[in-house]
Amino acid sequence: MGEFKVHRVRFFNYIPSGIRCVAYNNQSNRLAVSRTDGTVEIYNLSANYFQEKFFPGHESRATEALCWAKGQRLFSAGLNGEIIEYDLQALNIKYAVDAFGGPIWSMAVSPHGSQLLVGCEDGSVKLFQITPDKIQFERNFDRQKSRILSLCWHPSGTHVAAGSIDYISVFDVKSGSAVHKMLVDRQYMGVSKRKCIIWGVAFLSDGTVISVDSAGKVQFWDSATGTLVKNHLIANADVQSIAVSDQEDSFVVGTAEGTVFHFQLVSVTSNSSEKQWVRTKPFQHHTHDVRAVAHSPTALISGGTDTHLVIRPLMEKVEVKNYDAALRKITFPHRRLISCSKKRQLLLFQFTHHLELWRLGSTVATGKNGDTLPLSRNADHLLHLKTKGPENIICSCISPCGSWIAYSTTSRFFLYRLNYEHDNISLQRVSKMPAFLRSALQILFSEDSTKLFVASNQGSLHVIRLLEGSFKHLHTFQPQSGTVESMCLLAVSPDGNWLASSGTSAGVHVYNIKHLKLHCTVPSYNFPVTALAIAPNTNNLVIAHSDQQVFEYSIPDKQYTEWSRTIQKQGFHYLWLQRDTPITHISFHPKRPMHILLHDAYMFCIIDKSLPLPNDKTLLYNPLPPTKESDVIRRRTAHAFKISKIYKPLLFMDLLDERTLVAVERPLDDIIAQLPPPIKKKKFGT
Amino acid sequence: MVAAESVRVVRCGGSELSFRRAAFSADSKYIFCVSGDFVKVHSTATEECVHILQGHRNLVTGIQLNPNNHLQLYSCSFDGTIKLWDYIDGILIKTFTVGHKLHALFTLACAEDSVFVIINKDKPDVFQLVSVKLPKSSSQEIEAKELSFVLDYINQSPKCIAFGNEGEYVAAVRDFYLSVYFFKKKTTSRFTLSSSKNKKHAKNNFTCVACHPKEDCIATGHKDGKIRLWRNFDDDKKYTYTCLHWHHDMVMDLAFSVTGTSLLSGGRESVLVEWRDATEKNKEFLPRLGATIEHISVSPAGDLFCTSHSDNKIIIIHRNLEASAVIQGLVKDSNIFTGLMIDPRTKALVLNGKPGHLQFYSLQHDKQLYNLDIIQQEYINDYGLIQIELTKAAFGRYGNWLATVEQRQEKETELESQMKLWVYDKKTQGFVLNTKINMPHEDHITALCFCNAEKFENPTLVTASKDGHFKVWILTDDSDIYKKAVGWTCDFVGSYHKYQATNCCFSEDGSLLAVSFEEIVTIWDSETWELKCTFCQRAGNIRHLCFGRLTCSKYLLGATENGILCCWNLLSCALEWSAKLTIRVMEPDPCSENIAAVSQSSAGSDLFVFKPSEPRPLYIQKNISREEVQWGVFVPRDVPESFTSEAYQWLNRSQFYFLTKSQSLLTFSTKSPEEKLTPTSKQLLAEESLPTTPFYFILGKHRQQQDKKINEALESELVQLPLTENIPAISELLHTPAHVLPSASFLCSKFVNSLLLSKETKSGEEILEDVDMEEEKESGDDSDEEHDFTENTQDTNDTELGEDIIHQLSKSEEKELRKFRKVDYSWITVL
Repeated sequence: MGEFKVHRVRFFNYIPSGIRCVAYNNQSNRLAVSRTDGTVEIYNLSANYFQEKFFPGHESRATEALCWAKGQRLFSAGLNGEIIEYDLQALNIKYAVDAFGGPIWSMAVSPHGSQLLVGCEDGSVKLFQITPDKIQFERNFDRQKSRILSLCWHPSGTHVAAGSIDYISVFDVKSGSAVHKMLVDRQYMGVSKRKCIIWGVAFLSDGTVISVDSAGKVQFWDSATGTLVKNHLIANADVQSIAVSDQEDSFVVGTAEGTVFHFQLVSVTSNSSEKQWVRTKPFQHHTHDVRAVAHSPTALISGGTDTHLVIRPLMEKVEVKNYDAALRKITFPHRRLISCSKKRQLLLFQFTHHLELWRLGSTVATGKNGDTLPLSRNADHLLHLKTKGPENIICSCISPCGSWIAYSTTSRFFLYRLNYEHDNISLQRVSKMPAFLRSALQILFSEDSTKLFVASNQGSLHVIRLLEGSFKHLHTFQPQSGTVESMCLLAVSPDGNWLASSGTSAGVHVYNIKHLKLHCTVPSYNFPVTALAIAPNTNNLVIAHSDQQVFEYSIPDKQYTEWSRTIQKQGFHYLWLQRDTPITHISFHPKRPMHILLHDAYMFCIIDKSLPLPNDKTLLYNPLPPTKESDVIRRRTAHAFKISKIYKPLLFMDLLDERTLVAVERPLDDIIAQLPPPIKKKKFGT
Repeated sequence: MVAAESVRVVRCGGSELSFRRAAFSADSKYIFCVSGDFVKVHSTATEECVHILQGHRNLVTGIQLNPNNHLQLYSCSFDGTIKLWDYIDGILIKTFTVGHKLHALFTLACAEDSVFVIINKDKPDVFQLVSVKLPKSSSQEIEAKELSFVLDYINQSPKCIAFGNEGEYVAAVRDFYLSVYFFKKKTTSRFTLSSSKNKKHAKNNFTCVACHPKEDCIATGHKDGKIRLWRNFDDDKKYTYTCLHWHHDMVMDLAFSVTGTSLLSGGRESVLVEWRDATEKNKEFLPRLGATIEHISVSPAGDLFCTSHSDNKIIIIHRNLEASAVIQGLVKDSNIFTGLMIDPRTKALVLNGKPGHLQFYSLQHDKQLYNLDIIQQEYINDYGLIQIELTKAAFGRYGNWLATVEQRQEKETELESQMKLWVYDKKTQGFVLNTKINMPHEDHITALCFCNAEKFENPTLVTASKDGHFKVWILTDDSDIYKKAVGWTCDFVGSYHKYQATNCCFSEDGSLLAVSFEEIVTIWDSETWELKCTFCQRAGNIRHLCFGRLTCSKYLLGATENGILCCWNLLSCALEWSAKLTIRVMEPDPCSENIAAVSQSSAGSDLFVFKPSEPRPLYIQKNISREEVQWGVFVPRDVPESFTSEAYQWLNRSQFYFLTKSQSLLTFSTKSPEEKLTPTSKQLLAEESLPTTPFYFILGKHRQQQDKKINEALESELVQLPLTENIPAISELLHTPAHVLPSASFLCSKFVNSLLLSKETKSGEEILEDVDMEEEKESGDDSDEEHDFTENTQDTNDTELGEDIIHQLSKSEEKELRKFRKVDYSWITVL
């Protein structure tokens, strides 16, 4: 594996935003997640829960509701009173419509997907008609006294249940009038609380309404008579979310204590048809409020203030015990937030609303393997760059020479020139960006820092030549064959001749920079690309996919390399394929052409192509080769995958020079320490 | 009673009541519990033992109501038999001999002629659940050999088996898995919990199981305190469970209420938890039940629960979680530091009971009379916590005073110790704290004794301690200006060359005090507290010390650590004799000169009974117990026995009880154990015929006054013999076996008539004063008759004892005679 000096960076003070809404799309098996900073992320559950797309957030756009219509259209509504539809191809906002009812607290799409209901602060429930390219206001339902916090359609689409403060209303859709008003008990463990907020409702096809409220109750109501049928007190704090499975035989609720409860419809005795709802398993995967839950056919999905997205498979629904049967906890975004200038040993950290530039520390000491070396110079915080405006940063990059920084928000692209004079640093914005450079999804500098590549959200790729303090637009590669799919990943060869780009689903395109034309397209693969890189000298393109497959494609030969064919024939080790997180970065050793360096959040791996491949019987993780054993045994046990799990969770790892690595870790405890304190629960024995 | 009968060691009560779940009768009037080889029937209303069902020859391991006749009870035992009882009359109806050791019994309403038992057939620790077909036969002894196998490799405890949904399935738990066997489908599903070594699942073991009476729901208890409710278990894949977690330690037992709306659980926390609707948030508690809940059972009528506890008690609890009755046996689960004592008032055995308590246990009735809280602090049950221990206790003469010593030592140098003196309060009929002395000595108190001689009016107490002193405490009346309160103060402190004081003992007349200081015995004059003389044998520290009594009061006995028993003559101040004997227990008989000593050898414990005047023992019984005997005591008999054989004469006046290391209370008896316990079955009838109205108490007083001129108060209390007893119709009815009785319609009129008659006389008794002189006279006659009756029984008893007493003697004469007999009797035999 070789010995490296490692910069172990723990000063990336990144905190993911809390999850506010989760919407599961049954048709495409995708999950939309909105966060408190307004970001909306789309996860592809079929592709190992890979975060395929994301829509950057906006300070004023706190999302309160998220839903899918007809399987392909995604709507969100928030406290600014707007309903937003997202363009899933171009990865931007299609349009925003003001509902004119004050902040919107809830939204629901009718079972047929043709109508959209929103519940507003002023107590109004507004019905919108979904037209193919827009939404159209239709009418108001009977206005209620207080805000509508939750909405749910009856599966037949004739009735709607709406949760408000202290009561639940059942509306008839045709007339728009409230049929029933079901008052909820304010009492909480014998103490009268101020108000009982109905955080969520669910309407079952047999007419049962299930409500969850701030008094910790899950209640079953008969909507025909408007009476309470059953009451489950499950928490001492609020129950904040509910999601019912499509079969209506199970549902899941999330509480402010961080517990997720599963309810199942169970027959009372084996030989009778009578069934009852029974609270079955509690899951405590969260430390904070569970703000949103979803119920996919095979799993319970929950997310909350503690920023984790947890996918808990239902064992009885999983057919075979495989990858899907494991609990998944997604904390970090599946994209790079860090870029590195190798020459100047700089790290650029991307936050929601600012960038930070750090110089790595250095040491003169030497030591044995495993030693911690004392720093002769501490890491320096060089720059803190705040964005202008309320929009979140989409992407950022620092050039390898360290003299350029570029970042982009939804509406603006920024390029800065950095000048170093001894220890002083001066920043100069490159003004007069061309109009087409409005928003970028990915930014990349060439190895010699003379070219800038920008993937815009229109699907085009811009190539820009950088000069001292100015720039020149060289070329724009237009998207292939009329599709508007955006490119999310870029890779450039070290010699600057080749540029590889990949979108969310289509294959990888390789462009020749010299001739400014498309060189070839790598055969498409079913799973999205998670990382791309082009090796020096050989110009082999290494592609990592979300199903943990790694391909090596020779750009000059326009075909997969021999090694890639061999490993595809033999197959990867089963433990390699069972890893949780996607590979987010690939790099190469300048002196060892046979090595590929890659990492995900929990491991760092060097693939040595010269060594034999492991089969399922060999040990995949062999942390340190036993030095005391003879060379023969070591050689026999050695295989191509050298894996290190010392650093985790690993957000970024790259080679600075031949003997130096930089690893950026973000310990989970540090994140939890910066979150608001969770609801205090008495722990027995403390 | 023939004196030639051999004396044998017998177990005398104090058996474990909480060994198995108790059972209720269908009307919740009676509760059944196992007690050693017997089944006891208690009344749930009065806690009183109504019947003792005797017949098994080994431990009873299971009791169940006959589901097809709720007036009958099945019991099974290690002796391999299942017995069917009529519990109302206490009659054994049938005995089914199975042959194997039976570990538990289950009955089902749907399985009419078979019951389920747990046996181990081949290997010693492989248990099976089998169903036993009970053949229908008219004979009393029936062989039931038709066994059909149901489940294998089960846990032997009946808590780990439960039948559900009217016998459609049976659930069994063991280690980490739950197996459910469906009788109709004949299939078994098995659900395994992860048992990996990691901390979270390390204590997933199943401990108990219960089935919902109406729904398909199984509740299982676990070692980590969780309760899991399993549903959909007929499907291997779709099964699901939910967790209820309150207990912090192992769940000991679970029970569903009759309707299934609530689940009861209990464990080491001694809190009964009721889970309503099986939800975690909706639970009720009944805390402070005193000891670990071992079993929970629910009455079929649904109005009562009961919990069996590790301190040998059963608490009957109302549906609204209010404890209504306590059936308490001998508490056994604590270390005995105080030894065995006899309360002079109640003749109850007194020893350590619950932590911090002294228990008063009635040997005659095999039940605990009451607990005296000595330490008076909340007991915190936690592993590794150093508790305050009640280490010493002693009764003053007549039981007026009780001295107790408690101590707690956390570190070598930090001793906390307290001596408390309790006075008997006649009004409240209990002991009341009089004086509390903090740190009576610098070090551990090794012995304390009261001076019991009659000539001393002032009670005197002596304590000996390791700090080298012995202190004399006397009762003085200072403490308040009205000179009404009395308290104890230290009167004299004695020491001898800084040796540790190890024992102290007063002579019978109270004139001398013997205090042993390690190897040396010192004799002090109790008037002047002068050192009179010393004895030293150089044979190790003195372990036991006692004076001889009556004719032997000039002797002092000492047993040393090195296995020498010495007897000194106090008149000559010389060693009279010595013997080589490793003595564990040395107890003088308060009624005679005899001294019992138990020696310990590798083979077991041997008993020697001797008189101090002669070194030859009166009686030797080898190997009375395989274990070490820890404590012994002589209990004076109410009625002297008359063994003519010289060897057994020491048992005439008093009985010797001893306690082994495993806390079994044993004694010597010639009678069979069945005869020993006083039959209390008659008392039930008395209760039923006499309702305890306020008026009854007036009546009772009236009777007592009548009795005073005839007899002592104690005997008058026994006179509760019911009127119904005299009616032949009822006694005939009750004593004839049920199957030979004529039809009920035939008996009815006779029975009702007899009842009417008795009711009339009784009601006459009750309204006695108010109504009518004639009736009063009649009832008065009645009560006279009763007394005559008791007299008669007393007399016949006497005649049995071999004394020729004329029936109608005047009371004073009889008293004289009795006294004479009591005094003279042993004297004669000694000659």
